[in-house]
Order: sequence, then C-alpha cells, then structure tokens
Amino acid sequence: MTSTGILQILLFFALVLVCVKPLGAFMANVFDGRRTFLHPVLRWLEVLTYKVAGVREDVEQRWTQYTASLLAFSIFGFLLVYLLQRAQAYLPFNPQNFGTPNVTPDLAFNTAASFLTNTNWQAYSGESTLSYFVQMAALTVQNFVSAAAGLAVAIAVIRGFARHEVRTLGNFWVDMTRSTLYVLLPISFLGALFLCSQGVIQNLKPNTTATTLEGAKQTITQGPVASEEAIKELGTNGGGFFNANSAHPFENPSPITNLFEMWLLLVIPAALTYTFGKMVGDTRQGWAIFAAFTVMFLAGVFVCYGFEQAGNPTLAKLGIQSAATTTQAGGNMEGKEVRFGVVNSALFTTVTTDTSTGAVNNTHDSLLPIAGLVPMLNMMTDIVIFGGVGAGMYGILIYCIIAVFIAGLMVGRTPEYLGKKLEQKEVKMAMLAIIVTSACILVFSALSTQAVFAAKGYWNAPGAAIANMGNSGPHGLSEIIYAYTSATGNNGSAFGGISVNTPWYNLTIGLAMLVGRFLFLIPILAAAGSLAAKKKVPVTSGTFPTHGPLFVGLLVGTVVIIAVLTYFPAVSLGPIVEHYLMHSGRLFSLISWPLGS
Amino acid sequence: MLSQLWPALRINIFLTILLGVAYPLAVTGISQVLFPHQANGSLITQNGQVIGSELIGQNFTKPGYFQPRPSAAGNDGYDPTASGGPNFGPTNQKLIDRVKASVDKFHKENPDYHGPIPADLLTASGSGLDPEISPASAQAQTPRVAKAREISADQIGQLVAQYTKAPDLGLIGEPRVNVLKLNLALDQQFPKK
Repeated sequence: MTSTGILQILLFFALVLVCVKPLGAFMANVFDGRRTFLHPVLRWLEVLTYKVAGVREDVEQRWTQYTASLLAFSIFGFLLVYLLQRAQAYLPFNPQNFGTPNVTPDLAFNTAASFLTNTNWQAYSGESTLSYFVQMAALTVQNFVSAAAGLAVAIAVIRGFARHEVRTLGNFWVDMTRSTLYVLLPISFLGALFLCSQGVIQNLKPNTTATTLEGAKQTITQGPVASEEAIKELGTNGGGFFNANSAHPFENPSPITNLFEMWLLLVIPAALTYTFGKMVGDTRQGWAIFAAFTVMFLAGVFVCYGFEQAGNPTLAKLGIQSAATTTQAGGNMEGKEVRFGVVNSALFTTVTTDTSTGAVNNTHDSLLPIAGLVPMLNMMTDIVIFGGVGAGMYGILIYCIIAVFIAGLMVGRTPEYLGKKLEQKEVKMAMLAIIVTSACILVFSALSTQAVFAAKGYWNAPGAAIANMGNSGPHGLSEIIYAYTSATGNNGSAFGGISVNTPWYNLTIGLAMLVGRFLFLIPILAAAGSLAAKKKVPVTSGTFPTHGPLFVGLLVGTVVIIAVLTYFPAVSLGPIVEHYLMHSGRLFSLISWPLGS
Repeated sequence: MLSQLWPALRINIFLTILLGVAYPLAVTGISQVLFPHQANGSLITQNGQVIGSELIGQNFTKPGYFQPRPSAAGNDGYDPTASGGPNFGPTNQKLIDRVKASVDKFHKENPDYHGPIPADLLTASGSGLDPEISPASAQAQTPRVAKAREISADQIGQLVAQYTKAPDLGLIGEPRVNVLKLNLALDQQFPKK
C-alpha cells in the first residue's frame, strides 16, 4: 500500500461522510411529507404522477397492502422489460438493427428479473445485443424504479420502528414516487451532465467507423450512456451500457469520474442511516449503524487493496515489476485500467459489492484469491455493509433484530430495539430472510457443480454446468459461488469468466435474484407491520443501549459470524485454497468436456 | 392485490415515458449543446477523417509507434463492439503462458531495455480498450521507438514527458500516457524519413 493510495481512500470516504447529514435530513423531510427546496420545481410532477396513476396521496396502507402494491408494480415492470427486449426490432432508436434473435426468451427473462430486482446482472453484452430504446425505456427506467422501490420499503420498515400502536406503514405509491422524483431524478440528471462533460458519451447516433493510424478499421460504439450511467451508480444498480461496464472508457473515462461514480454508489445508502436516526427520533441510532458500516467497509477496502498491491507472485517471477513506483502502479494490473491503477480498482470493487451495485471498473475474476474473497464476503452478508439503496437499510435492520436478540439471550431479558419489544414473530421473520437467502446461494451453487446436461442440448450447450467455467481448479468453483451470491444478494457483479448465457444459468440465476429480492424483503415488511402495532416501552436502566460502541461491536460481530458460519466451508474450497496453491506455484489448465471422450 | 394492478400499470407507463424517454432525451439535448465533443465520443479527426477516439485505445504494432497493453476485446484486440477483459484468474495456466509470451516478445522487440517490465504493459485491461499506458511503460519503449525513427532517445523522452498526464488534481488516479495522442504527436513532429 502507498501513502497516496491510503490518502485517496480516505478522501473518498470523507466526500461521502460530509453528505450523510444534509442528504439524510433531506430524505427524512421528503418521506415525512414536509416541503423541501425542490418542491417548487417538482411538486407538480408528483401531483401529476398520482393523478395519472389514480392513487390518493393521503391514504396509508397496512404492510400487506404495501407489499401487494410493490408486487403489482414489479410484475408490470417485469413484463415491460421482457416485452420491450423481445420487440426491439420493431421499436425506434435501433441504429445497429439488433433483432429479436439477439435476445432469447431465457436471456430476456434473466435481464428482466435482473433489472426488476435491482441486481443488474449482465448475461447480455450491451453493445452487441440491445437497442438504444431498450437501454433507455427498459433498463434506465428500472434502474430508477427498482431503487425507488427499495428505498420505499426501507422507509416503510423504518416507520415500523418509529411508529407505535398504528397499523399502517405509509403508502407504497407515494414513497416510491417521492424517492424517484425528489431523490433519484435530480441527482441523476446533474450527475449525467457532469459525467458527459468529462467524456461519457450521450447521443443516439449509429456507431462511428474510424481508420486508425496503422490503417485498420475500428468501430467506435455510440449511445445514450451518461443518462444510464448516472442512475446505474446512484440507484446501486450496476448494469452497464457496455459489456465492460465501468471499466469502459466511455462509461468511466478518468479518475475523477471514477471518484464521482463511487460517491454516487455510496451516498444514498450512507445518508439513509441519518434518515433512519431522524425518523426514529434519535440520530445516535443512525450513527451507530453508520459506524458499523464503516468498520466493515474499511476492513474490506484495506484487505482487498493490500493483496492486490502485493501482486501475483507467479508473474513477479517472470520479471514483471510488482512494486509501485512514481511512474507505474505495480501490483496486480491484470483486468485493471491504467488510469485507476490498483487502489481505485480495489476501492471500487469494495464499494460496488458493499452496496448492491455490481458495476465493475476492473474484472473481478482476475483479482488475487483473497482480494476476490472480499467482494464475495461483502455479498454473503446479504449486502448489508451500506447495502443497496433502501435494501441495505432494511437488511441491516434484520441484523439489528438478531443482534439485540442475541444480547437479550445473554442477559436473559426480552430483547428491545428502539423501544419495541422484539418477540417471536420479528425474530422468526428476521431468521427466515437470512436462511432463505443463504440456502438459495448454497443450493444453487451445489446444483451447478453437479448438474450434467446433454452437450449441444437446450439447457446448457457446453454439457455439464461446470463446463461453462472460464477458469479451472478452485477458481472455477469461485466463479459459480460468486454468480449465485451476486444474484441472490441482488448485486450483479460477476467473476466474468464463466459463460452464463445459457438457459440453465439464465433461469437459475434469474430465480435466485427474485428469491433474494422478494423473500428477503417480504419477511422484514411483515416484521415492520407487527412492530408498528406495538406499544412503546419506556427506557429503563435495564435497557440495552443501541447507540454505543458495544452495540456497534455486537452488530458487526453478528453480521460477520453469520456470514462466516454459513459460508466458510464453501469459500475455503474456493478462494482460500486457491491463495495457498498460488503461493506454492500451482497452475490450472482448463479441462475439456465431456470427460473421457 | 388485484385492486393494485390498475394503478401499477398506469404508473409504470407514466414513469417509462418520464424516465425512459424524457430524461435521456433531455440529457442528450443539453449535452449535445454544452459538450458536443465529449457527448459524441471525443473523436479525433485528421484531414476530415475520423482516426479514433481520445478515450478508446487502438492497436499499434509497428516498432516506430508506442504500443498499448494487451487487449481481449474481440479477436484482434481493441474492438469496441466486444469490450471486456480476458477474465483469467491468478492461477490460470493461460494467464501465465500469455504473459510469458509477452515477456519474450517484449525483450525481442526492445533489446536495449534491461529494467523490470512495468506490470501494466504485459497485463490485459478490464475493458480491452484502455487508451493509456503508465509513464514507465512508455519509457521502456522509448529506445525502440527512437531507433525506428532514427532520432535520439532524449527527443522521444521529452515528448513522452510532455504527454504524461499527472494524477487528476495531483492526487486521484495514476499518472498515464495516452498512446494514440502520443503516436499522433510522433508522426507530426518526427515523421519517418
């Protein structure tokens, strides 16, 4: 690690930190229905949205109705994305004439599930598959609304803790509309213009053909990238316009845009901790969660950066410089861009997997084993280190319930959190959310290591599901585990060597995304519904304070222990064993399938 | 839930028009007026012909040009319609074989350079379109380029220094040299005899 590297990490974090309070307070005002400085400009649009949708702003919903609205909204979002992709040949803004055969039904299903659930897994390769219209009207729209829906649910869950003796949690349509119009749209709009000023493209032109200095032809891709890029980061979505995602110079042309994109990724999840504190009437509660996030975030960044900067020992033996100097970054540059170097790649990797974004500015598959374990573990926590827009907040509240429950067991008292007694129902719901997502990751990964299909058949043309791996040995297993972890956590980044655009992977990964989104979110909404109805219990000397360092430690411990207990056997066969084999100089060649023929 | 379907459909269509059509078109319109160069791909033209983009790397193989990093985009590298990295893991035999081959090729083409080879020059970028190399990678190629152009290494070294970009705001990111711009400058200042 270099001192300028550490300085850059701290500078980035400081830029996020200064926005936590102002943005957090702004969001609390928006969701409490108070007037903000944006109301004179945007209130008419909000009113118009309610009018078009036919919803009443002043009617509140119980948790069941709130969930029903969310599901109804999601079903139509899913259908729209699916149909727009399949019909792209008949729609405008398609200068490369991408047709329906580019998007098979299983791929369209996967992409629809992916954008609907805020995962943004890319089984497609944007520049050779999707028209500009699909990128705008299907993907960009879902980038906004999947984040807005997540934010709405987080606000509803916070209200469950903040309110007492009421049956309602707010109105989904209102929360979702306000998230979109007051939070996501203004920042994205300005962000897109800034990105464009720095070199991110934004046009509707067909590709440009260039004649290079050596006389070759080069096709330079075009498209409305900046408008998608800004919300892709801000909404913690991550599905790129291009296959290379944020490593592509047209998505992320300079260290400044990289810094700005990382800020976009983290700013809403970080600020939501303040919104939470404000809405429950005690900002210390929000800062405690922010502190827990920070501890886990910084640990991840420095482990990832440290291992990446040390470089690949096998390459060092070939006479390649791995120490940093003033004229080159050193370290493991495979899969990284020169402008970002090792530090800004490791930082981006950590930020994008702590949040549920999954945008990448380097190829995670080429990370060194332990550095690659960091994004994997980040996602195995159910993405609750800052987490996705909204999703991180309701995710960490699940862990808060469990942490307080464990503390209660230790001292033999009924656990309380924010003045609410946590009883059987809440703890059961919290456990359900965690067990379902862990099972989803482990079961699908295990199935994919064993599933055998007819070679050249429909389900998986290469044959066995492990024949799709781009790397062999423990790294291949990591590719499979990473895929289902990313899908279930609704992250969307990938160890990209694995070929996942086959019906088997498209369908199972698509299913994992839906399970990870809805079976995680519905239990916590149910718990919130039950919490809102409870009485507030007065604070006594026996109440466990949830705003001090003890609670922060307990919360971090709970998150880490649950992830480690659940996933240690799996990751020890992947990245951990690979680390030791790499240092003993072991290399792996691809096995060809089917074996023995 | 059935009662929610009608508002769900209407709000989806409304938001698709607002966020999927109006928003991107507004951003397109404004950026085409304010930043036309950037919005259209930062293209470089010479004699009215597009020769590339400042932001997109291209292949250089002749000894008189600085060479970019290995690229996995498309069959021949630097194909913007197939962006991406090779996705080789650190223990992949193919990664080591590829780097070994690059090391041998580098030594053959640059017999006058004896230092350690900068990591970025022999590793593939994530996008396959990386337009830049590190200043060290440019310096490593300077003797070869000078020889091919029959001028002194010092003159080339000065040009490299001139085209070396410091980290943004002096701190963020890494120092770097844009290969296409540097090669263009080479052709302009030291045309091959």
